[in-house]
Amino acid sequence: MVQGPIPAPPRSATPADAATSSSAPKPDAARRPTPRAHVASEEMTGAQSIVRSLEEAGVEVVFGIPGGAILPTYDPLMDSKKVRHILVRHEQGGGHAASGYAHATGRVGVTMATSGPGATNLVTPIADANMDSIPMVAITGQVGASLIGTDAFQEADIVGITLPVTKHNFLVTDPDDIPRTIAEAFHIASSGRPGPVLVDIAKSAMQSRTTFNWPTELNLPGYHPVTKPHSKQIREAARLLATARRPVLYIGGGAIRSGAAAELRKLVDLSGAAAVTTLMARGALPDSHPQNLGMPGMHGTVPAVSALQKADLVFALGARFDDRVTGKLSSFAPHATIIHADIDPAEIGKNRVADVPIVGDLKEVIADLLPELEREQAQHGKPDLEAWWRQIDSWRETYPLGFSEPDDGHLAPQHVISRLGEISGPDSIYVAGVGQHQMWAAQFIKYERPNTWLNSGGLGTMGYSIPAAMGAKVGQPDRTVWAIDGDGCFQMTNQELATCTINEIPIKVALINNSSLGMVRQWQTLFYESRYSNTDLNTGHGTIRVPDFVKLADAYGCVGIRVEHANEVDAAIKRAEQINDQPVVIDFNVSRDAMVWPMVASGVSNDDIQYARGISPAWDRED
Amino acid sequence: MTRHTLSVLVENKPAVLARVAGLFARRSFNIHSLAVGPTEHEELSRVTVVVDVDGLPLEQVTKQLNKLINVIKIVELDPAAAVQRELMLVKVRADLTTRTHVLEVVQLFRAHVVDVVPDAVTIEATGNPEKLAALLAALEPFGVREIVKSGTVGIGRGARSITDRALERTTRSA
Repeated sequence: MVQGPIPAPPRSATPADAATSSSAPKPDAARRPTPRAHVASEEMTGAQSIVRSLEEAGVEVVFGIPGGAILPTYDPLMDSKKVRHILVRHEQGGGHAASGYAHATGRVGVTMATSGPGATNLVTPIADANMDSIPMVAITGQVGASLIGTDAFQEADIVGITLPVTKHNFLVTDPDDIPRTIAEAFHIASSGRPGPVLVDIAKSAMQSRTTFNWPTELNLPGYHPVTKPHSKQIREAARLLATARRPVLYIGGGAIRSGAAAELRKLVDLSGAAAVTTLMARGALPDSHPQNLGMPGMHGTVPAVSALQKADLVFALGARFDDRVTGKLSSFAPHATIIHADIDPAEIGKNRVADVPIVGDLKEVIADLLPELEREQAQHGKPDLEAWWRQIDSWRETYPLGFSEPDDGHLAPQHVISRLGEISGPDSIYVAGVGQHQMWAAQFIKYERPNTWLNSGGLGTMGYSIPAAMGAKVGQPDRTVWAIDGDGCFQMTNQELATCTINEIPIKVALINNSSLGMVRQWQTLFYESRYSNTDLNTGHGTIRVPDFVKLADAYGCVGIRVEHANEVDAAIKRAEQINDQPVVIDFNVSRDAMVWPMVASGVSNDDIQYARGISPAWDRED
Repeated sequence: MTRHTLSVLVENKPAVLARVAGLFARRSFNIHSLAVGPTEHEELSRVTVVVDVDGLPLEQVTKQLNKLINVIKIVELDPAAAVQRELMLVKVRADLTTRTHVLEVVQLFRAHVVDVVPDAVTIEATGNPEKLAALLAALEPFGVREIVKSGTVGIGRGARSITDRALERTTRSA
């Protein structure tokens, strides 16, 4: 049995602390006896018990929408002094908002919805959170227990539907089970490899009388996340890292989730190895760090992709050898010995066999590794990595990230995003949708801190940006939050601008409007002979602009600004930075022909990376 | 691909079988047979899964199963160190002219007749999959009308119990 649950830690006093200290799930802490005084049992309804449980779990905000089956819970929720409920406009928005809140704060994000369509609308954000290991609890109303299985009005088997896309889920029909189940849900969501947990509660349970008892212990006999790494494996990793001649640290999103940025920095400095930060790990190591080669993968930098291909040692830290990183798996990092550290044992060896597997929380893994590595280096001297860095530096000189001005004279989207990052700076939070703008935002903004880059990496959910930015701003109200969105994504979830305006959540939106589904269009350009099947959205310059995003912003009570020329970019961003009492939408009308480079085409070897269309790096053929 | 038998101890809770079976389906693992039943502990059920996979995918199956919150323990049963049995009920055509021959086969395999009608007998047999296959082959010439088989269940040889060990582990970590 594990002790717990304990309330989530209070939000850190300063943004600086929040970035490094707040994001770690603390499985060890969860084993300690709860510091909270025993909560006396109390008579109440199941609905009251739900609200009370959320309060005991330390929830400060819930993003949701009421409906028939969850209605009893919304009544006591209205009176809660501790839990703020934010009424969203679509359940998907509520789910992504909870996710953005969780990502920006490291605390569990909470969303609430009714049965049937309310619950099914949550499936996308739940699947999204599952792929990106986001701690989230979704509370859904279910039809009364006697109606379950009868195809009742607004009935959906949401536990069955979300079985494959949650870390765990529960159906509660007995009101006495409510506190224990919610306590377990929060513990499971936030410990080990974080993930979404759904709690489906029958309306009849909400309406029945029950005795509220907040558990002091949890009984989860099958759940024991391993956080402490095996010392033998740590010694072996240290030995390999100390003797490798072409080492690469392949840093994944686990570094962010585990709150391991400080330890990671020490490891990078001590080892002298090259480091690459995946899409999920942007910000885990500052981009200004000289050993950070940037993002690997399909749209990674040439130095990052090449370093992995030429490495003799790849040390994966909270990364999962995703196909978007490895390209053709059989030719990925062909010369490398693999050390793979992850909190989830099932990730190790899933795609690439690990020579040294390490199961543990990354913060603890690196903390244990540092003294071992120091000892190895004391015995055998620091490894001579000069030749390796000479090679890497030549790649960096020859193939820096860059872009060319579009031929059509329209605005370069990369310029807009670069300027946004430079003007708003590394203390802001940037939240992208999915597509070209996401890749440019990952490439051209310099991230210096963890939890300042949020995006839908695993599932690739268009529409993530606006609601997730809203959730991030709720969690980090003192930070500037920029949603960087595309015109396609934006039209999927922009209804949450109403939520932002009404609830005074002043996010800023940089709309990279290329009037099309840009990434699909890029593939059509490259692989379908420029036949643009169904990718034209008619929202940009020279089109009928349906909808007109400036008018739309105005209709939602936001400030709308249109930018069509390069000389207006800075002024618009600066103006938006000054507006802090309402949301701002800047409609950047950019060239639709801009493409994301470098690129490794789907399913081909990373050796075949193209720096720009038709231009591949000339590899030295020594091997 | 080789055949492996996994004994999976799970919490006796609703939807646990769906979680286990669903995992096999969505990870593209092929289940050969599956049997579920209660154990000596009220709160535990035991699932015996027979899968056809190679060594590496098997490791992945086991790790994915272990991630299920309700799964307590997984043991791969080594055929040399375990007893594995299936139960089969088979309905065979048997009239006055063939019945004695059918009964000879039944005796030979130490099976039992559990139902008789003028033109058929129903036979109950337990054994490892190879024995049941041999019995079926012997009955085939008479005319097999219907077969039902349980999934394989298995238990390790010797005095040790995997449920005890699993429960020890959970109490230790308290």
